[in-house]
Amino acid sequence: MGGVNTRLAPYFLTAPGIVFFVALLGAPMLMTFLLSLHSYDFNTGIQSDWTFANYIEVLGDSYFQKIFGRTFGLALLVTVICVLIGVPEAYILSKMSSRWRSIFLLVVLGPLLISVVVRTLGWALLFGGKGLLTMISQALGFGDAPVSLMFTFTGMTIALVHVLVPFMVISVWASLQKIDPQSEDAGYCLGASKLTVLRRITLPQAMPGILSGSIIVFALTASAFATPAIIGGRRMKVVATAAYDEYLSTLNWPLGAAIAVLLLVANVVIIASYNKLIERRFAKVFE
Amino acid sequence: MSYLNFQALGKQFGDFVAVHDMNLSIDRGEFISFLGPSGCGKTTTLQMIAGLLTPTTGKIFLDGVDITETPANKRGLGIVFQSYALFPHMTVTENVSFGLEMRGIAKTERLERCRDTLAQVRLEQFSDRYPKELSGGQRQRVALARALVIEPPVLLLDEPLSNLDAKLREEMRIELRLLQQDIGVTTILVTHDQEEALSMSDRIVVMQEGEVSQIAAPLELYERPASTFVSHFVGKTNLVQGQVTALNEVGINETRLKVDTGQRAPGMAVQISIRPEKFIMSTEEPGLKVYVETAIFLGASWLYRVNGSLGELFVTQPNTGSARYTKGDTAWLSWQEGSLTLFEEHA
Amino acid sequence: MHNLGLVARIFHALFVAFILAPLLMVIAVSFTDKGYLSLPTNGLSLRWFHAILDNPDFIDAFWMSVWLALIAASIAVLISIPAGLAIARHKFAGRDIIAAFLLSPLMIPHLVLGVAFLQFYSSIGLGGSFFGLVAAHVVLITPYALRLVLSAATGLSTDAENAALTLGASKFTVFRRVTFPLILPGVAGGWLLSFITSFDELTMSVFVASPSTQTLPVKMYHHITQTIDPLIASVSTVLIVLTFLVMLILDRFYGLDKIFIGKG
Repeated sequence: MGGVNTRLAPYFLTAPGIVFFVALLGAPMLMTFLLSLHSYDFNTGIQSDWTFANYIEVLGDSYFQKIFGRTFGLALLVTVICVLIGVPEAYILSKMSSRWRSIFLLVVLGPLLISVVVRTLGWALLFGGKGLLTMISQALGFGDAPVSLMFTFTGMTIALVHVLVPFMVISVWASLQKIDPQSEDAGYCLGASKLTVLRRITLPQAMPGILSGSIIVFALTASAFATPAIIGGRRMKVVATAAYDEYLSTLNWPLGAAIAVLLLVANVVIIASYNKLIERRFAKVFE
Repeated sequence: MSYLNFQALGKQFGDFVAVHDMNLSIDRGEFISFLGPSGCGKTTTLQMIAGLLTPTTGKIFLDGVDITETPANKRGLGIVFQSYALFPHMTVTENVSFGLEMRGIAKTERLERCRDTLAQVRLEQFSDRYPKELSGGQRQRVALARALVIEPPVLLLDEPLSNLDAKLREEMRIELRLLQQDIGVTTILVTHDQEEALSMSDRIVVMQEGEVSQIAAPLELYERPASTFVSHFVGKTNLVQGQVTALNEVGINETRLKVDTGQRAPGMAVQISIRPEKFIMSTEEPGLKVYVETAIFLGASWLYRVNGSLGELFVTQPNTGSARYTKGDTAWLSWQEGSLTLFEEHA
Repeated sequence: MHNLGLVARIFHALFVAFILAPLLMVIAVSFTDKGYLSLPTNGLSLRWFHAILDNPDFIDAFWMSVWLALIAASIAVLISIPAGLAIARHKFAGRDIIAAFLLSPLMIPHLVLGVAFLQFYSSIGLGGSFFGLVAAHVVLITPYALRLVLSAATGLSTDAENAALTLGASKFTVFRRVTFPLILPGVAGGWLLSFITSFDELTMSVFVASPSTQTLPVKMYHHITQTIDPLIASVSTVLIVLTFLVMLILDRFYGLDKIFIGKG
């Protein structure tokens, strides 16, 4: 075999991807970071100075603090709800007969393929002034006043849980699939009740799936745009919609860039430390 | 009074009869094997004993008590699964002590009993490892310890050695049998490996398509199989077709063999079974004249394929240190009286 | 279902209702005969589906999305096949870093990618161009394609390829006749997942697309922020039906769960 040729082959093979990514991912990301270090003047535009003022403003201003707080609170709440409803659903799916299971997997996972805009529109229709909520409230005799969850934190939470819970289900489902069903039988035969088997044998083995599902849901909620933009609107801004407004309404790009960089850093730090945690905790136990 | 007893035990899945009308009584301390090809119902039977499957018909008694309706987690039987089914998220000690914990046994006693049982299977120094960090043989012994530590009335083994390599499997057979005799626990082994069943069991239950073919001690099963299926499945054998020609005489082509024909009338179609190692092969007459077609060296023995008036036969002879027959040689076969087994031919 | 308890069944029914409710709501509203948002209480009407035909904007945006996804997914796969094979089957210095780099867009919020491309393209004069949109989508979806190629190539033994070499095949023939067919399921799955991801993408595209390169999700988003009317519901219904058909095909050939384990 040609020594040099073989040694360089993997670099040739990965070269197209690397070149493409350096030019079209590396450069834009770097430029955004540099942009966030410039200041902005409403009359003359982007300045050529170097400053951390944008970061200081975002981190110090109570307006942005509130938005960041709301975003991470929302992410946490959505994650917790997804665990609470997604884990049992994945377990139920895993216990179904294969015919029902394939139907319901389609129902539960299928929405992932449908555009987030469409799914959020559904909630907007349900939440809106003449939506289902109002009809239910009127039918139950709470008066004719329209009930709306549009532009509320609750509404955003419900819609985001709907958008993201399939990720939790699929992640838990994948780790349930790896469990040796005989290990549950072994639990019963050793005297454990059904509940004990669930708690002591099944759930701990599903833990890697629950944790990785959580990090996916958390990260995607923290950076979600479409759903908060449509359901939350201007009244319930989150980080992504705030950055959008800085870029496309206020036109203060450097400030928007600083928000984006902070969002990215928070995202990466949380994902990386979570992965490290999972690795440390489970390296000895699972493959 | 037998210790474990099945009465007309049966299991059906839809139209499929997995186990049909099984009757068996097992004594305390006995080692019983369920032997049969896959799909014969042996594992289904084991799962019914364990309580993981509910029988369609029949009853199971343990020490005189009807346990047919007792759920698995109240039966208290020890079971070793084919995959071992260890809890991957628990250490060896946690795995072994799980059953004791379910019985509400105090921690100090739990640890003590775990230690003792792990010592019995020679795993003391691995108590803090996770299953992933153990070899196949070690995992197998953890599964055994987990089943034994609860001091079960009956130990159920579902193909426990099938995932081990050949050498380890043979060692484990001896180890497992010695341990079982030491503890005296009543044991049921499910296996498709006839050597495993022959080497470990007090009695073997041969199963075929949900039915019991024969129940016998290993030697008796080998020497006096009740059917051509058993003679084929347990050990190797030569089967030749013939018919009864006179009292205690069977004709095959032009050859006449002396066999115990019992009450069978002349003219009846029968099969004669003779095991390859029962032949005495000689370079001289007298005997049945055959030609050697192939000679295969197996180390401890030779396997010959020979052809003669009985058709093709397999013959095994011990290796005496030299190649006595090669392809094309003529040889004469003889055998001791009683080496032949006669079966009525089924359609 | 018979081995599930009553509580589990009630929970499951509520869960499924929750998942389907907004989709059914969209479909129901799209069949209204009224000029405003309402449920079709007077029988089903197709007037809002006819209305789509009178709004070529949506149809143009649909084709824009289809072309964009087709091209971007194909480029992503072309990048991913050699890179995936190299990463899965060769040990070389920097392999982990290269793999992490090519998978890194998964960790970057789409919004961040969007603002980065907005600034980058406007500074190099590609702002609002179709080319820019395609390139941005390639960056976004390459990780999905790469992951499926990687998982197809990782378990692949070199025995079959060595056998072909000893039988006298050239290296290129080995790739064409042995290696490629073996990783084809992963490649096809990666292409499909990339296509769908690109087709549905909104957050990044909102920054990159100009009025002349509006994708369907972007067009729909802008429409919704202006007004929510039965027209947007009927467009969404068409999209739901199309997605459902794709889903059936995917499920038939791959199993949906396998596809999504790659997505998560």
